[in-house]
Amino acid sequence: MSKAQSVRNEQSVRNEQPPRTARRQLRAPVTTRSNALHPGAWWLWALGLGTAASRTTNPLLLALLIGVAGYVVAARRTDAPWSRSYGAFVKLALAVLAVRLVFAVLLGSPVPGTHTLVTLPELPLPHWAQGIRVGGRVTAEGLVFALYDGLKLATLLVCVGAANALANPARLLKSLPGALYEAGVAVVVALTFAPNLIADVQRLRAARRLRGRPDSGMRGLLQVGLPVLEGALERSVALAAAMDARGYGRTAEVAPAVRRTTAALTLGGLVGVCAGTYGLLTAEGGGYGLPVLLAGVGAALAGLWLGGRRSLRTRYRPDVWGVRAWLVAASGAGVAALLILYGSYDPAALHPGVVPLASPTLPLWPAAAILLGLVPSFVAPAPAPALAPVHAPAALRAPKEPS
Amino acid sequence: MIRFEDVSVTYDGAAGPTVQGIDLTVPEGELVLLVGPSGVGKSTVLGAVSGLVPHFTGGTLRGRVTVAGRDTRTHKPRELADVVGTVGQDPLAHFVTDTVEDELAYGMESLGLGPDVMRRRVEETLDLLGLADLRERPIATLSGGQRQRVAIGSVLTPHPSVLVLDEPTSALDPAAAEEVLAVLQRLVHDLGTTVLMAEHRLERVIQYADQVALLPSPGAPLVPGTPSEIMAVSPVYPPVVALGRLAEWSPLPLTVRDARRRAGALGERLEGVAYEEVNKAEVAAPTPPPPAPRPVQHRSRLFRKRATAIPTPAETAVVAEINNLTVRRGRIEALHDVTLTVAPGETIALMGRNGAGKSTLLSALVGLVEPAAGSVRVGGAVPHRTAPRDLVRRVGLVPQEPRDLLYADTVAAECAAADCDAGAEPGTCRTLVSELLPGIADGTHPRDLSEGQRLALALAVVLTARPPLLLLDEPTRGLDYAAKSRLVTVLRELASQGHAIVLATHDVELAAELSHRVVILADGETVADGPTAEVVVASPSFAPQIAKILAPQKWLTVTQIRAALHATDQEPEK
Repeated sequence: MSKAQSVRNEQSVRNEQPPRTARRQLRAPVTTRSNALHPGAWWLWALGLGTAASRTTNPLLLALLIGVAGYVVAARRTDAPWSRSYGAFVKLALAVLAVRLVFAVLLGSPVPGTHTLVTLPELPLPHWAQGIRVGGRVTAEGLVFALYDGLKLATLLVCVGAANALANPARLLKSLPGALYEAGVAVVVALTFAPNLIADVQRLRAARRLRGRPDSGMRGLLQVGLPVLEGALERSVALAAAMDARGYGRTAEVAPAVRRTTAALTLGGLVGVCAGTYGLLTAEGGGYGLPVLLAGVGAALAGLWLGGRRSLRTRYRPDVWGVRAWLVAASGAGVAALLILYGSYDPAALHPGVVPLASPTLPLWPAAAILLGLVPSFVAPAPAPALAPVHAPAALRAPKEPS
Repeated sequence: MIRFEDVSVTYDGAAGPTVQGIDLTVPEGELVLLVGPSGVGKSTVLGAVSGLVPHFTGGTLRGRVTVAGRDTRTHKPRELADVVGTVGQDPLAHFVTDTVEDELAYGMESLGLGPDVMRRRVEETLDLLGLADLRERPIATLSGGQRQRVAIGSVLTPHPSVLVLDEPTSALDPAAAEEVLAVLQRLVHDLGTTVLMAEHRLERVIQYADQVALLPSPGAPLVPGTPSEIMAVSPVYPPVVALGRLAEWSPLPLTVRDARRRAGALGERLEGVAYEEVNKAEVAAPTPPPPAPRPVQHRSRLFRKRATAIPTPAETAVVAEINNLTVRRGRIEALHDVTLTVAPGETIALMGRNGAGKSTLLSALVGLVEPAAGSVRVGGAVPHRTAPRDLVRRVGLVPQEPRDLLYADTVAAECAAADCDAGAEPGTCRTLVSELLPGIADGTHPRDLSEGQRLALALAVVLTARPPLLLLDEPTRGLDYAAKSRLVTVLRELASQGHAIVLATHDVELAAELSHRVVILADGETVADGPTAEVVVASPSFAPQIAKILAPQKWLTVTQIRAALHATDQEPEK
């Protein structure tokens, strides 16, 4: 008991250093479990940036968005394994950009252009494949258009990657309604399947070397396939047994009437949602669409709430949505809203022309709006400074020295 | 608290019951140890307590199992979750969440405890298990001992009255194992928790048991009794009991302390024995000279004699040479400035905590990791630049999980593939398998073999290429004493044929039994390197039981003592 208290005291001492200046007082605290930002806030912020990115093809604005997301990630991500996914998302974004450009070169571009860069040999295609072109002229306009377009997609991916790196997916799950929690746990466990599988493949490919077979190449990968899947299956079964023994899926007794009401509300709600959406999308049903949709959503939510009463589950230290979470979420939403507004006011600035080719200019107000996305790097709790136990070989050390 | 009434379990598709005639009553607050050779159904008995057998595994359970008055027939595992906490053999397969704190809370969340209760119990458990510094750490970054403690903690937080543990210390280094056992003892003494546990490494746990239940052979009924009664008849027993049986002490000592009190007479008898004679018979290998000059004492005559008796072939022919090796894994230096030479016929035990760099050192010797600085040479070649086909003729590694080496679906196919990989005569591997594992059918699937058999098969596969250097990573994990002694015999013979053997192990008894030299690693650096007797006797955590009992003298194993006593018996006749 005394040990934990002293640890807690140390932490509070670290967090409550005597405020010497106002600036010091305003600085974001070091992150702990209790003041950690709600993962939902990070996702709203990232989705806000993503929405902004989807509203423009101006490469300067997109680059600015990527820069803002990257800076916040660099300033606020922790050392946890899920934080490393950012690199993977950046690589994926680059790959998307490259693929978009390669397609523009090989398959041509619908954008008419006059600046021919190279002319590739064109593949003659039969008459039924009219409208498809392979090879041929590659114009500067077409390439620039593809670049802008690809950059937009890449920016979206970077924003999603930032959310992944900053918010623990498992903690986001804790905010799900009770009725969905168990299903959510199953999804998260299923998601850890992939990283485990990759680790297994690496281990078994290394083991091939011990058998005197080359440890690289496609054949090696195929030969370890079966053992890897066997191992993964065995692990899943062991985990299922452990979860069962730890009370996963325990339910509370509820009155049959409640159970029936839950089923009726959920089913009715879903039907309402379908009918309402159909009504909204078709021309004839303009009148009843929205009310039916709203009623359906309401019924489904009520069903979920009632269903939650069957679940006994409580939550350990749920994340609190505080002022900082509001600020972070609002900064993302603000960026999105301002760019949408500016888009209706001056669409040309957000979509620089490619025919004729013109160098894009940086519109001042949207750029300023995007910088609003930097707010989290000031208000979100900062990750703990690199402590020795996290980085040094001590991370692998058993805690007690053998005497 | 736990009652088995004439229980038998038959799995679907099995010819006969896996266990039968189980009658056992475990009163509240007792620590009961389940012992027996591998494959007798210990895990099945443990599974029946938590209800996983038969609700989860399938099969038929006859008789009745009640836990805290609840019949497992009518209660599913999840409905027993508040009274039984279960930790399986592999803690990694147990974790549902990704950080320590969430993992501790998971079971309580499932049971629907209030937030303030959960918070208090998490803090208490963090202290009880010494995990407070790790509370926010992702589980993936923990060491083996830390994981095991988190797994135990995660089932403790719902305050179960029964704790079921399957081999809780097998994968742990001696210090971490002691930590875990200290926690268990505290639970039993202070909280009155009932503990039922199965463990192969009896030398670590037998002194904590209030009651021992023995499963002597597959299908045989369970024999409960006090630890000393059961140890007198058990087919599996720790070295301290072996010594007690040898010296015909009654009642049998179970702890080093008990044995030390009795060992006075034995020590006197052994004092006069020509130690080197005994040891020469045992260590038949061409033993290389010890690396450092030894202070001349009357007890280390052995080494003086060895050093003079055998000229130093080691200096001319070196199997492997590591010079100032540094290996980095990410930002962590897994090995730092390690220097080691391995001579032919020499057996070296690498010891140290979980995560000290033992496996990394072995990986460096087979070229699985690239040195960041320094050099590794195995049979004159640089491992990570050598083609795998070449390398298998110089060095072979049996990994921690022998299954990783086996791809084929029958033993025969595995052997054929091994011959082909090694470029050996067809049938070489199969001959080796028959030597190591008599009576294994060609058509057996490697997955159906027991741990010990699988290890032997992997060993045969590696030996097919006849590498002069053989590496084993944690070879005794999950092996019972019989399988272990077979392994010892096989490895001794290999050493006597001139194979150099390096084994990374937590098993001090194995190291004492086999190795000529012990190298202790800590945080990636060599902290001790010398003849087994010297290094091991000097360290309380790495000393085998026999060394602790006969402390000033440097006896290490029961085998040595038996030979020595044999010698003293013969002396008067001469």
